[in-house]
Amino acid sequence: MRGRTSRARRTAAKVGVLTGLVLGAAFAGLPVLWMLSTSFKSNGEVFATPPKLITENFSFDAYREILGNTAQLRFFVNSYVVALAVTILTLVVATLAGYAFSRFRFPLQRLINAVIVSVQAVPPITLVIPYFGLVVALGLYNTYPGLILTHMVFTLPYAIIMITAYFNTLPRELDESVKVDGGNGWTALWRVLVPVSVPGLVAVGVYTFMISWNEYLFALTLTRTDNMRTVPIGIQLLMGQHSYEWNQMMAMSILGSIPVLLLFLLFQRRFVGGLASGAVKA
Amino acid sequence: MTSAHVDHPMLAPEAAPPALQPVTPRRARPAAVARRLVPYAYLSPTALLIAVLMVVPIVMVISYSFRDNVIVQENPVFVGFANYTRVLTDPEFLTALKNTFVFITVSTVAHLVLGLAFAMMLNTPLLSGVTKAIFRIVYILPWLFTIAVIAVIWRLLLDPAGVVNYVLGTLGLIHDGVNWFGDPGKALWVLTFVNIWSGYPFFMISLLAALQGIPADLYEAAAVDGANPVQRFLSVTLPQLRPVIVSMAVLDLIWTSQQFALIWMTTGGGPLNATEMLSTYTYKQAFSEYEFATASASAVIVLLLTMILAFFYVRQQRER
Repeated sequence: MRGRTSRARRTAAKVGVLTGLVLGAAFAGLPVLWMLSTSFKSNGEVFATPPKLITENFSFDAYREILGNTAQLRFFVNSYVVALAVTILTLVVATLAGYAFSRFRFPLQRLINAVIVSVQAVPPITLVIPYFGLVVALGLYNTYPGLILTHMVFTLPYAIIMITAYFNTLPRELDESVKVDGGNGWTALWRVLVPVSVPGLVAVGVYTFMISWNEYLFALTLTRTDNMRTVPIGIQLLMGQHSYEWNQMMAMSILGSIPVLLLFLLFQRRFVGGLASGAVKA
Repeated sequence: MTSAHVDHPMLAPEAAPPALQPVTPRRARPAAVARRLVPYAYLSPTALLIAVLMVVPIVMVISYSFRDNVIVQENPVFVGFANYTRVLTDPEFLTALKNTFVFITVSTVAHLVLGLAFAMMLNTPLLSGVTKAIFRIVYILPWLFTIAVIAVIWRLLLDPAGVVNYVLGTLGLIHDGVNWFGDPGKALWVLTFVNIWSGYPFFMISLLAALQGIPADLYEAAAVDGANPVQRFLSVTLPQLRPVIVSMAVLDLIWTSQQFALIWMTTGGGPLNATEMLSTYTYKQAFSEYEFATASASAVIVLLLTMILAFFYVRQQRER
């Protein structure tokens, strides 16, 4: 008797949770589904009533337009160049700093650490005005290095914190063994610590790439010509230029999201774990 | 996801395993001096970048804020607090301040409520791991799109001829096509809604990890005491999550106050300043009006407000 009511209650709870999950999934997923559906429509069908998920003119034309247009492709090239450079530079610089924080005790350590941590809170809008002046003065306006350098202000603190934490989990006996064999700290870092830390470095790298790929304000302000614009700005330009080619805007949005979606799906486990322990968003 | 260690970077790197460093002799010999400089050498690229990208710019923006005609003219004049007076008495700035306050508080509360609700559903023991994994991916989706994409998605959905109006109209909830982003009375709330949609997954992920870290015996003890699910939630779950919730909330207030791209690409601060925020106000002063001096004053005020929030964050982290 008691078993049956508890089983019934369990089933009711299960149905309740599933209903909640489905409603939540609709809230989260339907807008994305609609974007996907619109990217396969002809522009005339976008606002047709009644709205349909799949229309008669289902086609990849919008994608063909974007991928066949060198001006649009240039946005992707720019985003890849900037994001990859930011990722590599951030990983190298942050690995060096992480090694210092993890393996040495030195005066001012807490202060330097506090400065790096607080950099994360500084509003980009405060920085963009002096950056504009600085980048123009240094001749870096409308160039890759201007974007790469300024993006690193967001990626570096997070990367240092994550890599330090990762190195702290590795026993010191690892690097001591290299020193016993006659190596110094430098060889210990690159020959032993870095190879062992690949999973952690990959997670940091993926996150760094995502921050740079998605960055908007600096890309908007520090570049001028269309051949230097990145994907987020390219999507915005598409909004004005073509008097709302909605299907192309959605196709471009999906193409522009694919790198991040792929990286996330590939590294989901590492990434979500690392994120939960690092908790920083661009 | 199994490691339910939720921690925040603001305190992460300082606590390394202590006392493994060889004791340095009192009297410094040249070799010992060189050895002491080693960590600074490893930190030098970081220090250089932080100096160029953070210290110099902040000094610059503060100095701009006390001058007039900066950037556009060669020799700007010192004007004291005139730019600050101008900004703080500008009705548009005050509107932006009020809008930002509404935007960040409503967003943060909603992020927390939705994130917690979804995290608890995803943490249920009633469903299989695969089912939960699939739902988890769907739930994280909004967070994986860049703000530019989120802006175009919602402009499409909320277009006066768009699918949202069609559905609401069919259900009889509205009569004419509502111009969601174009109506001064609605735009701020619509914008806040879009921001809620795009930002809750981050709370959800962190809270899910924290939920998985709550020891099961706490729930068992509560069950033995005869606590019902609501009581268990109030007496076990919430107190256990409290530190994560408080630090996430402060971080979210900081991040949301920095939101620029979403506003710029949906409403641009309009209509009639209905969605003007501190970020768009500052941006317009600088890059639309070319009033870099007032923009700098506004940027410094934004920095100070952020520092107040960051101060609470750091203090909260110390208490943990």
